[in-house]
Amino acid sequence: MAKLSVTLDGAALPAARRTTPLTRLGSTLAHLWRDPSSGFAMVVIAILLLTALFGPFLASHDPILVDLPNALKPPSAANWFGTDELGRDIYSRIVYGSRITLFIIFLVSIIVGPIGLIIGATSGYFGGWVDTAMMRVTDIFLSFPSLILCLAFVAALGAGLENAIVAIALTSWPPIARLARAETLTFRNADYISASRMQGASNLRIIIKSIMPMCIPSVLVRITLSMASVILTAAGLGFLGLGAQPPLPEWGAMIATGRNYMLDSWWVVTFPGVAILLVSLAFNLLGDGLRDVLDPKKH
Amino acid sequence: MTAVRLQAFARQAATILVTLFGLLILTFAIGRLMPVDPVRAIVGEEADQATYQAVYQKLGMDRPVYEQFFRYVGDIARGDFGTSVRTGRPVIDDIASVLPATIELATIAILCGAGLGIPLGILAAVRRNKPTDHIIRFVTLLGHSMPIFWTGMIGLIIFYATLDWVGGGGRVSDYNVGIVDERTGFLLIDALLAGDWEVFWDGVNHLILPASILGYSSMAYITRMTRSFMLDQLNQEYITTARVKGLSTARTIWKHAFANIRVQLVTIIALAYGGLLEGAVLIETVFSWPGFGQYMTNNMLVGDMNAVMTCVLIVGVIFIALNLLSDLLYKIFDPRTR
Repeated sequence: MAKLSVTLDGAALPAARRTTPLTRLGSTLAHLWRDPSSGFAMVVIAILLLTALFGPFLASHDPILVDLPNALKPPSAANWFGTDELGRDIYSRIVYGSRITLFIIFLVSIIVGPIGLIIGATSGYFGGWVDTAMMRVTDIFLSFPSLILCLAFVAALGAGLENAIVAIALTSWPPIARLARAETLTFRNADYISASRMQGASNLRIIIKSIMPMCIPSVLVRITLSMASVILTAAGLGFLGLGAQPPLPEWGAMIATGRNYMLDSWWVVTFPGVAILLVSLAFNLLGDGLRDVLDPKKH
Repeated sequence: MTAVRLQAFARQAATILVTLFGLLILTFAIGRLMPVDPVRAIVGEEADQATYQAVYQKLGMDRPVYEQFFRYVGDIARGDFGTSVRTGRPVIDDIASVLPATIELATIAILCGAGLGIPLGILAAVRRNKPTDHIIRFVTLLGHSMPIFWTGMIGLIIFYATLDWVGGGGRVSDYNVGIVDERTGFLLIDALLAGDWEVFWDGVNHLILPASILGYSSMAYITRMTRSFMLDQLNQEYITTARVKGLSTARTIWKHAFANIRVQLVTIIALAYGGLLEGAVLIETVFSWPGFGQYMTNNMLVGDMNAVMTCVLIVGVIFIALNLLSDLLYKIFDPRTR
């Protein structure tokens, strides 16, 4: 009897899974849109995308053009957010900075997703000592606050935007691996896995063809949830001078240079910070909304 | 019973040892990846080949990697973390002298974060899905989304430069530096021991802004967890029973529901405390706070890898210790785990 129910569970799971996130994307988005805070989040993220895309048309000035006579001018009709210590237009720099932010988000996602998926799926599929060893490693990475570990990696690799991205990716895969493993455990004994094994599929083939695709929806959601902290970590590295280097208009680095002038010229640090805040708030709100929509307890 | 306990203890000890060992591999590996040549850092740019070779061999760089690693572990086991190239002192002494400043900051910050976060979380749970709940969620999420170094600067612009309510950077004003003897390293306690109220209040004045900003960033996590723990309790039947018996709302919440989430809260606060170390790195830079975070970033910028890797190691150890502590508190205070 017990055995029977196990098989039934296993068989029932894939069917239930077919109706989860990715295939229900349309209804999930519609759901989120109706929630005011998630709606706001989606608007902000859309604006970020459009700003990055149409940057040259939206910017009023050249973001790296030095204009010393105009240094540290307060916000005005000519320079909406004022100018920085080299007379560069802060509004235009923020507009171009959105491209760097998107670049970071995009690269971190495409590095972290596969790493987490491979480690999690392998670990969950094989179980036993492979699982124990891999999860120990994951735990060691998890036992650090991400910024500290990032600092260590950047110190090793050298400062710079690309290295900062690699460092962030190297520190943010553990939660995704954990999740992929948990997902894998729920269907590693499912009938369709046994079926493909009986047909002679290799372990590698089963992991890549049958297990990893099933984990993708929840992994995507998890990546969205961690985006806010990725953005804040990147900005923090930029602020410490370990991320994007001048004259790149990265928002964190803009705040770092503005720090020397902030007591007399508040606008130099204020506007780039508002930009970071809005984007990370948007991802946090969206994450909250996603969690609510996808929470099984609610349905 | 004791055999079971002993086994559980052994298992936990083994886990900790493995994690510590992994930590050492990680810091060793990162240390070796570092583009800075450790020999050059010691002998300087102009040293001749013979000196270079001598130091190269003295550091054991000519040995195989695994031998270097065991040497590294051995040194650390004996309490030798190496010498800071920048200050010329043993790294561990340097860290011991800067750590109290950070602990002082983080402790006041967690008091702010938990002191506000827990009541707000309970309020949000009680007023679930009402406007109060939404406002609390938004305010705490805002704190969680702010780049903390930026919040620090905005705080300085408003409360220091414009309103002049609080002190600026540093632990005390320049004219109060070094007035009281350093006994514990905790400035407020030292000032109290010396009976110097002026330094004490000056210290409080400098501490309050960075600590509350740091606390605000951890408040989101504490509030969210308090809310969800509380909701779990409020949905249970014993709460309904208590209400049916005629207990007041306040009494039900504080005497029944809150009593049941206290242990969970302790765990959360221990973890949040560790998370503050991360914020401290950034906030100390903004406030010129002479603590652990500033020490770490300063050494990073000059490529002093002994110091940096020891800092990373120490953060890892603190995290493991906090995890262990929260586990332990859980076992002590929650009768169900006995």
